[in-house]
Amino acid sequence: MAAELKPVLLALAILLGGVGGAAVLTWWERRLLGFWQDRYGPNRLGPFGIGQVVADMIKLLTKDDWVPPFADRVVFIFAPTAIVVAMMMGFAVVPFAPDVVIIDVNIGLLFFLGMTSLAVYSVLLGGLASNNKYALLGGLRSAAQMVSYEVFMGLSLMGIVMMTGSFSLVDIVAAQEDLWFCFSQVLGLLVFVVAGIAESHRLPFDLPEAEHELTAGFHTEYGGMKFAMFMLGEYLGLMLISCMIVTLFFGGWMGPAYIDHWLPPIVWFGLKVFFVINFFVLLRAAIPRPRYDQLMSLGWKIMLPITLINLVLTGWVLLSMEA
Amino acid sequence: MLSQLRSIWEILKHSVSKLDTVQYPEQKPYLAPRYRGRIVLTRDPDGEERCVACNLCAAVCPVDCIALQKDTREDGTWYPEFFRINFSRCIMCGMCEEACPTYAIQLTPDFEMCEYDRQNMVYEKENLLINGVGKYPDYNFYRVSGMQTAFKDKGQAQNEAEPIDTKSLLP
Repeated sequence: MAAELKPVLLALAILLGGVGGAAVLTWWERRLLGFWQDRYGPNRLGPFGIGQVVADMIKLLTKDDWVPPFADRVVFIFAPTAIVVAMMMGFAVVPFAPDVVIIDVNIGLLFFLGMTSLAVYSVLLGGLASNNKYALLGGLRSAAQMVSYEVFMGLSLMGIVMMTGSFSLVDIVAAQEDLWFCFSQVLGLLVFVVAGIAESHRLPFDLPEAEHELTAGFHTEYGGMKFAMFMLGEYLGLMLISCMIVTLFFGGWMGPAYIDHWLPPIVWFGLKVFFVINFFVLLRAAIPRPRYDQLMSLGWKIMLPITLINLVLTGWVLLSMEA
Repeated sequence: MLSQLRSIWEILKHSVSKLDTVQYPEQKPYLAPRYRGRIVLTRDPDGEERCVACNLCAAVCPVDCIALQKDTREDGTWYPEFFRINFSRCIMCGMCEEACPTYAIQLTPDFEMCEYDRQNMVYEKENLLINGVGKYPDYNFYRVSGMQTAFKDKGQAQNEAEPIDTKSLLP
């Protein structure tokens, strides 16, 4: 009985943790950005300004839940939920610690890629259903961006799959017992980080919502709770990508060699995810948004060749080690 | 690519740099004595109102927020019957202070004058008058000006020469 109940409880914990974590992250990101811009960020409400989270929630929840009369009503309401559902589903295969995983499927990696791809529909449909030219442009951009970055996002992970011989994320973590993949798959890591930012469409790759050209891009017409769902999806995506980077390249729940036993696995995992999230915020603070054609040529002319070189190199090394 | 890495490093260095923000309500910023804030009407060293109701401040005010009316005391000196500044219009430009010939109107380093009711932003003379001399401690207009009043005739002011009899031929 207890064994059957465990995944359910875990799923519930992840649901609450994910939503709560995303809420806290909105505050934490603003504080970090503030510090990097030599100011405080929200620090008024509660200790260190953490009450800002509650204030924002109250504000968003009490706003008028309005659908523009010119919008496609059904799709308009469906779009924000899709991104949250897709991102939440992605967490199902993430191994947080030994035996702390909702479901260990043998295609875990593919499942994750599929779920992040589904999230594109949300942005696309949101832009389309708004019946607004800015939203449509945002949706168009996101579709093109996702399609091109999805290609080498998947391919960049194939090196890991070759080295592990499995798509299961639990097996991938176990394969990093001796050496984390961030050392043996440097190019893969580089490409996956870039693709990951593009996938969760955060700055510097937030062209779908580029504020100064497209007002707010695909969510121009959204407000209140539906807008909050988009934001929740974005932060869930950020957390999911960070979890995946840690799982795939930084040894998942395993601590660095020799000091592994200092902390329990789940704490190691949390710490690493925290660092990766902070790194993403740092990128947001530091790097300007590229032009749309620069984004495309970066994807197809630089990132894709790097990925292919990485694949060939990994295959060559593996085969020569076998021989 | 290198410049991107460099800018990431430059931003990261800011995590230990000093913050520019002044935490305002708890931590007041330094305001210079000549800061242009809330307007006051000062008194001369004898404790009398300095304002002579010449209307120059009201004339120069670019937003027309000053209104006043001249009246004359029994000793011949002038004073404003009412003096009203609408601070909801005032832009703290300080031109009234520059125009004032008697140093009566002065700007002070105070800007915390928020009100819930807009009407409370209109200050009357009793709100504007202070019990001090402001930035010019020794100045008294009627002692240096050549104006004739009940207590002082022509030529009796400080540094004032005796009036010349223009009809006389004597040197």
